[in-house]
Amino acid sequence: MRRKRIPSARAQPIGALCLLAVLLAAAPFHAARAVSNPAEMLPDRAQELRAEAIGQELRCLVCQNESIEESDADLARDLRAEIRKRVAAGESDKEVIAWMVARYGDFVRLKPPFRMATLFLWFSPAVALAVGGIVVWFGLRRRPAPPQPLSAAEEARLKRLLREGLGNPRS
Amino acid sequence: MNPELGHFALALAVCLAAAQGIFGLMGAQARREPLMAATPALAVGQLIALGTAFFTLVWCNVVSDFSVLNVVQNSQAAKPLLYKITGTWGNHEGSILLWCFILALCGAAVAAFGQDLPSSLRARVIGVLGATSAGFLLFALTESNPFLRVWPPPPDGQGMNPLLEDPGLALHPPILYAGYVGFAIPFAFGVAALIEGRIDALWGRWVRPWALGAWCFLTGGIALGSWWAYYELGWGGFWFWDPVENASLLPWLTGTALVHSAIVVEKREALKVWTVLLAIATFSLSLSGTFLVRSGILNSVHAFANDPARGIFILALLGLVIGSALVLFALRAPALAPGGLFSPISREGALVFNNIMLCAIAAVVFTGTTYPMFVNLLTGEQISVGKPFFDATVLPLTIPLFAAMTVGPMLPWKRAALGPVLQRLWWAALAALCVGFLVGFGVRDGLVGLAFGGAVWLALGAFADIVERVRLFRLPLRESLARAAGLPRAAWGATVAHLGMGITVAGIAGMALATHVIVALHPGEGVDFAGYHWQLERLYDAPGPNYTARVAEIAVEKDGRRVALLTPSRRSYPVQRNTVTDTAIRTNLFRDLYAAVGEEQNGKVVLRLHRNPLAPWIWLGALVMAAGGALSLSDRRLRVGAPLKAAAMAKA
Repeated sequence: MRRKRIPSARAQPIGALCLLAVLLAAAPFHAARAVSNPAEMLPDRAQELRAEAIGQELRCLVCQNESIEESDADLARDLRAEIRKRVAAGESDKEVIAWMVARYGDFVRLKPPFRMATLFLWFSPAVALAVGGIVVWFGLRRRPAPPQPLSAAEEARLKRLLREGLGNPRS
Repeated sequence: MNPELGHFALALAVCLAAAQGIFGLMGAQARREPLMAATPALAVGQLIALGTAFFTLVWCNVVSDFSVLNVVQNSQAAKPLLYKITGTWGNHEGSILLWCFILALCGAAVAAFGQDLPSSLRARVIGVLGATSAGFLLFALTESNPFLRVWPPPPDGQGMNPLLEDPGLALHPPILYAGYVGFAIPFAFGVAALIEGRIDALWGRWVRPWALGAWCFLTGGIALGSWWAYYELGWGGFWFWDPVENASLLPWLTGTALVHSAIVVEKREALKVWTVLLAIATFSLSLSGTFLVRSGILNSVHAFANDPARGIFILALLGLVIGSALVLFALRAPALAPGGLFSPISREGALVFNNIMLCAIAAVVFTGTTYPMFVNLLTGEQISVGKPFFDATVLPLTIPLFAAMTVGPMLPWKRAALGPVLQRLWWAALAALCVGFLVGFGVRDGLVGLAFGGAVWLALGAFADIVERVRLFRLPLRESLARAAGLPRAAWGATVAHLGMGITVAGIAGMALATHVIVALHPGEGVDFAGYHWQLERLYDAPGPNYTARVAEIAVEKDGRRVALLTPSRRSYPVQRNTVTDTAIRTNLFRDLYAAVGEEQNGKVVLRLHRNPLAPWIWLGALVMAAGGALSLSDRRLRVGAPLKAAAMAKA
């Protein structure tokens, strides 16, 4: 009993066009998944939740940006079953993911590991904030000293600037 | 109607747009009044021509003219009328035409409402819009022409992707595009100001309403897309950090920054250079969002391999538009006079902080979205960057942003002290802490507690400024109310928009507590889940206009009393040989009961049942945000400075 998938772009050029339309409309690139099979689930609730959490960290390799928990592809289903088998056998989360990475490479991890190639990726928040901070620092420094007690002359100049700026905007 | 009429109108629009660009830019440069005076008429002419082309295509879809290739590929005779109309933009060619049509609307809007602008500035703005328009229209005419014919016409079309046969997704593209394309106006103003070499408060006063209008549409468009994903995809998610979603989020982030920094330009004539850069960046990201994604660069095999000519044309066009704007910025920005002074702790300072945080988030989302492509190009390695990465990096960045969102509006301009402002926020902070701790301990999840605390902080804090200004509880209530009514609508708009953010955060936090179960039931069986009894009453077939549905009828009971009758279904579309889940959702605003139906095996049917606390708040909050923007847009002050009517944006 194979569940039907929305035709993939590779299978049908028309399907590809439709998918493009979906893309264009900024809708997520996900096939409408049906409902997973309850037979797949582990009887132990805690184990099942763990397996789901692991699955959400792993990419369905034949899909676009879908985790194997979300995907309806056959491969994803096989991997879901594999994860559950390993969780039930008592493997830790790390061991299950390590097995996946050994088999499929880092491509399978939706959260890439921290290493040389991903250095910039993981540091991007820090870099972005640092750049922002530097821009502001120089932006503020470009101005005269911060307006802690202004001298009378500065006060007058500020007032004049403000008046000119707002007074005749169309000149 | 004759498709050739549309074809001809499209070609005419290219010529008019090119003339609009040349007359506007060259005329203003040479100070030739007659050339400049011609631009508004050209902009309106372009709108009429494109309107003709667009509505011709709509007509071809409505009457199912299967001699038009585009209609054959995307429509079928049995499709309901609504989806025949909306199917016009449910495909590549039609949506590009819609995109260009909205851009033409923007040009005509500036022509119609910009009569008070200095003539050279107006000519340049219209010229920039015309030149941009000409490029994309040329693309539409040569590479993605929707009016191509087929002969002999087939008896029926191939049908539309059934996922698109949905009211939410039917409305989604026009609203999203109005947002994307609306940012072309601030962009054009930015480029025109760089050419002119001056930016003043009037400029800020002009740009802000347009940016705000576009922002409202973009907010609504993103929310609609997310809502669609929630109810259509059938497993209760609402945001996937998908490249396509990120593409719409990026201009929203920088656009939000733009809306805020434009306030500083308008009020204090500071941050001018930065605001121009944001205007350029926002439209550039909008362009990339609509086109780069589709050129296939981000999404690998699909589009690019499909039609390389399209991809290269689009890349060249994007490079030209974005590149020339950035070069112009690099050349001219240093010459712009620096503006008003302010100390770091001030309203301006808070808005700068807001800009840094929003842009940092945008930078991280951008890096994460494009990183796999760059790593692949540089090292040949394949890596994935998905939801877990974005959750881990973006969410921490929102914390300081949300913290400052409440404090910022209370700070005075120029120079301020944090102490007194924080003192005036004690009640919001106290409420946030209480809720945060209670929820955090209640569900034994500190992050969820933090999120709920943050939501309360945002929602209550949004009103702090108003409370302060009307001196609530310090003056008699009647007088406070009178003061509240007298406050400028822009102040209320900011409050409402910030409140909306709080509501959305609460919704997202609530969804962290969502639970679901997957069961296989015979008709007549039931299951207890999330405090409800879900009884599968029966299974039946129901015919639709161009599909057949297999419907499950589920009665949901609580303490023996029926609270909902859910009828999720699976629709089979024979023409497209395709199956789509149609979820059933019953909401009482505080929780959604959500059911999707799967396959049948041995008389049992697989059901996916969810209880999603506060789910509707996510989109409700976005609506409130957009409403806040609209409220601010209706402020009389904006109309005096720049006679923009909300109706103009509503038409876009």
